Amino acid sequence: MTNELIDFVIISIALLAIGIYGVSVKRNAIRMLFAIEIIINAANLNLVAFARFIPNSQGQTFALFSIAIAAAEVAVGLALIIVAYRMYKNVDIAEFRSLKG
Amino acid sequence: MADSVFLAISVLTIGSAIAALEVRSLIYGSISLMGTLGGIAGYFLLLDSPFVAMFQIAVYIGSIAVLILFTVMLVRRQLIFTKVEDPRRRYAGIGLMLIMMVALGAIILSSGIKTIQTDAPPIDFRTIGADFLTYYWPALILMALILASSVVGALTLARREDMEDDQRTN
Repeated sequence: MTNELIDFVIISIALLAIGIYGVSVKRNAIRMLFAIEIIINAANLNLVAFARFIPNSQGQTFALFSIAIAAAEVAVGLALIIVAYRMYKNVDIAEFRSLKG
Repeated sequence: MADSVFLAISVLTIGSAIAALEVRSLIYGSISLMGTLGGIAGYFLLLDSPFVAMFQIAVYIGSIAVLILFTVMLVRRQLIFTKVEDPRRRYAGIGLMLIMMVALGAIILSSGIKTIQTDAPPIDFRTIGADFLTYYWPALILMALILASSVVGALTLARREDMEDDQRTN
């Protein structure tokens, strides 16, 4: 195996930093969801990389759990965005000032 | 040292992650996000974890990306193409990103990770299946319940209450 653990960890750090930039700068709710997905993927990459190099099967198991939970999170997050869009006719989070029914 | 396949996947992943956040249109953004997710699946293949890679492609590219694409299409047209952001906040965000990259990179490079090598054979997916059904079975059942309840919750949230039942069937 020619790739080393450090390569994967550095890619993961880069993705994490890009995701944090997105979460802190973007005001569009859907784009913030993109950034959260990128962060979750960086975490999964780290889990699988360490599982390969330790070596251990539990990292892959946890990555699978994490992917499934991320799917649930995106479903609920998109439903919330749709509800907020229906209320405010906007997806800008600065417009969601009073989140009450 | 990294090989050429790794470098190609890195360019694809990082480039499309930046594009997903910076492209003006949200539709192209979600397609770029698919590129990032596919790149991560490629890394999983390089790490000899084909089972996780398959799961990644099926769940992320197959369902999450399509779900996001449909949600984007439900949003009004000018909201898809407008990008409102504060330039000062943007520079602060870029600074935060660079500080984070440098700080975490320095921590990682100064740790002992660089010396880790492996000649171990890749882990068989049968081991993962056995793990799921023996040691982690409570977590597996809990995950199934969470998925089911989140789908029900999403459907309940997104349901329109101002619409009558006969309108909904039409």
